[in-house]
Amino acid sequence: MTANGWFQIGLFLLIIFALTKPMGVFMARVFDGGKTFLDPMLRPLERLLYRVTGVDDTREMRWTEYAIAMLLFSGVSMVVLYLIQRFQAWLPWNPQHWTNVAPDLAFNTAASFTTNTNWQAYSGETTMSYFTQMAGLAYHNFMSAATGIALAIAVIRGIARREKETLGNFWVDLTRAILWVLLPACIVIALFFVSQGMIQNFKPYVTTQLLDPQTVQVTGADGKTTQQRITEQLIPQGPVASQEVIKMFGTNGGGFFNANSAHPYENPNPLTNFIQIILIFAIPAGLTYTLGRMTGSQKHGWAVWSAMAALFVAGVICAYTAESRGNPLLHGTDQKVSATQPGGNMEGKEVRFGIANSALFATVTTDASCGAVNGMHDSFTPLGGMIPLINMMLGEVVFGGVGAGLYGVLVMVILAVFIAGLMVGRTPEYLGKKIEAYDVKMAMLSVLIFSLIILIFTAIGVVTSYGKAGISNPGPHGLSQILYAYTSGAANNGSAFGGGNWNSLWYNVTMSFDMLLGRFFMVIPVLAIAGSLARKKIVPESAGTFPVTTPLFSALLVSVVLIVSALTFFPALSLGPILEHLLMNAGKVF
Amino acid sequence: MKRNLLISIWMTLATTVLLGIVYPLVVTGLAQVLYPRRANGELIESRGKLVGSRLIGQPFTSPGYFHSRPSAAGPAGYDPTQSGGSNLAPTNKALLDRVSASVQTLHAENPNAPIPIDLVTASASGLDPDISPAAAEFQIPRVAKERKMNQDDLRALVQQHTEQRQFGFLGEPRVNVLGLNLELDQIHAIQ
Repeated sequence: MTANGWFQIGLFLLIIFALTKPMGVFMARVFDGGKTFLDPMLRPLERLLYRVTGVDDTREMRWTEYAIAMLLFSGVSMVVLYLIQRFQAWLPWNPQHWTNVAPDLAFNTAASFTTNTNWQAYSGETTMSYFTQMAGLAYHNFMSAATGIALAIAVIRGIARREKETLGNFWVDLTRAILWVLLPACIVIALFFVSQGMIQNFKPYVTTQLLDPQTVQVTGADGKTTQQRITEQLIPQGPVASQEVIKMFGTNGGGFFNANSAHPYENPNPLTNFIQIILIFAIPAGLTYTLGRMTGSQKHGWAVWSAMAALFVAGVICAYTAESRGNPLLHGTDQKVSATQPGGNMEGKEVRFGIANSALFATVTTDASCGAVNGMHDSFTPLGGMIPLINMMLGEVVFGGVGAGLYGVLVMVILAVFIAGLMVGRTPEYLGKKIEAYDVKMAMLSVLIFSLIILIFTAIGVVTSYGKAGISNPGPHGLSQILYAYTSGAANNGSAFGGGNWNSLWYNVTMSFDMLLGRFFMVIPVLAIAGSLARKKIVPESAGTFPVTTPLFSALLVSVVLIVSALTFFPALSLGPILEHLLMNAGKVF
Repeated sequence: MKRNLLISIWMTLATTVLLGIVYPLVVTGLAQVLYPRRANGELIESRGKLVGSRLIGQPFTSPGYFHSRPSAAGPAGYDPTQSGGSNLAPTNKALLDRVSASVQTLHAENPNAPIPIDLVTASASGLDPDISPAAAEFQIPRVAKERKMNQDDLRALVQQHTEQRQFGFLGEPRVNVLGLNLELDQIHAIQ
């Protein structure tokens, strides 16, 4: 650990704090129909889109229609993504002539990108054509993020409105999320990324000569070893920057290349890295301000923000400390940090990022439902790798995915005021709305389904031969790998303990359902809560009302988030990363 | 239901054209005009042929070159079509065996210096173009001997190729291996 490392982490949090208000005010204006400086450019485009697609932008939807519209759109666009992959050989922009993607992998990828997960059972550079990457995958990076934002806005409206049946119009919210929130920033930042060395072209892969040609022993499929002379590199190209920016800004996380944000073409220097991490939190942090703004209780927005920030800080301290300590089993190496080396656990990390930026990235990418990686979580120390896992198990409510983080944390907020209400013996209230049995049931439903799918899939995974075939690291780490995979899928994160053999029929199919259930069984109960809250009357605040604007509330919210997941997942964690940590310190090797 | 289904279909088509095709084409067009070298991967040309990219690492095993970090990308490492890390767990015997083999080789070559950790660990991308300044310093005796150079001259050259933290605080100091080796070949070729 270094002072410079802590300084970068502190600066990061400060920038997120500074971005929260401007982002939040901007989004509140966009979705309340207020004026923004982008209107002259975007209004005509918006009207054109409504005309082409037949949207009536004055029509309001009840929560059920909002949910149906969202499901239909997700379904249709998922089918299109499946078809693009299945037919990519005959589609344009395929200079490397990649063949059509296999059905199970295409289904998995379609589910993955539609649900904002971006779990990748493929390597981008040897599977997907440029057309599939941009019109299929990057496209879904936009749409799944816009869908998340729309849902969060609908839920905020549910809280803010009184005695109303409707939550807004899904198509309008979706369109405005794309045109105002996502697209303009993406164009500008993509160009900035290119100026830093991120590539953006449609060229075929480039062959270059190695300075020091290599001779290696290769074992063929028949078990014979042959000598192979390697004199060239084949360097992949493609429209990377345009995809990279929305990958981070939309908390999607699906890399253009297999190495994701560790790849020098996807993340060329420390500055691009820092901006990528900021992009992950920009919208989710802003949405807490939008929540305060639209519900008329700015302090409540900040109380939620503070709870999230506290959980973020706790996570990053643990991850940075664990990774800086390094691996005690690597004898004979110098892992001490100095002016000339980052030290620590450098397996699966890049020199330009070092320990601090890798630990920070890993924490942020799993706090939010991003899932991009700039270091390989599989090679993190047991405790360093447990932080990403815990972050996802919290339900990704620490700022969280765009939109998903906010509506996820609102479930926790409802549970928190419910518990506070039980303690003082009054009907719980949230911003003037009575929280009744129906609302708490729906909140519990989404919490229970989330943990059920993770634990049941993992349990099946570790006792069947198909499941165990995914393990690449023996010992307790093997359990962590499977647990991480299903947690990542259900939480719609998409990062992985990437050594596992995930491109099998078993994992492609089970992970698809894991991701779809994790997304839509979360969203529908939350929309139901929003619909129910919108119908309610406001009850005047009284001395018995538990205020949701105080540090006490933030602390209660943090406790609820921790207790709900700690009680559920602690047994599994103790058999995975915690056991591995103890054994590693005892010098045990697998 | 039917109305929303129709909108879904049209919305998917219209936004695919806008975000999936027009947007990347616009960005590509602007990028190619504004930053043509960077948009195309910072390829390095030497004597009329492409010898690599400034951003993509290469494998080096000859003693006269500075060596890159171990790489899990392909059999010789640094295969850009197989980017990725080793993904070995910290308690995996395969990792410990690999590291201790590297430690032995490096210790034989420079028995007096501690072995910088980045020199025996595989990067996340498998294409890491950099090594830490400590890892470069560790290799100076070997390279200087092989190239019959004065160690201090070589040290000065390494320092020239050392990139400091961006703005003084972002990231880590690093040495671009390919850039350094290319310059070595130019100014002090192996006789």
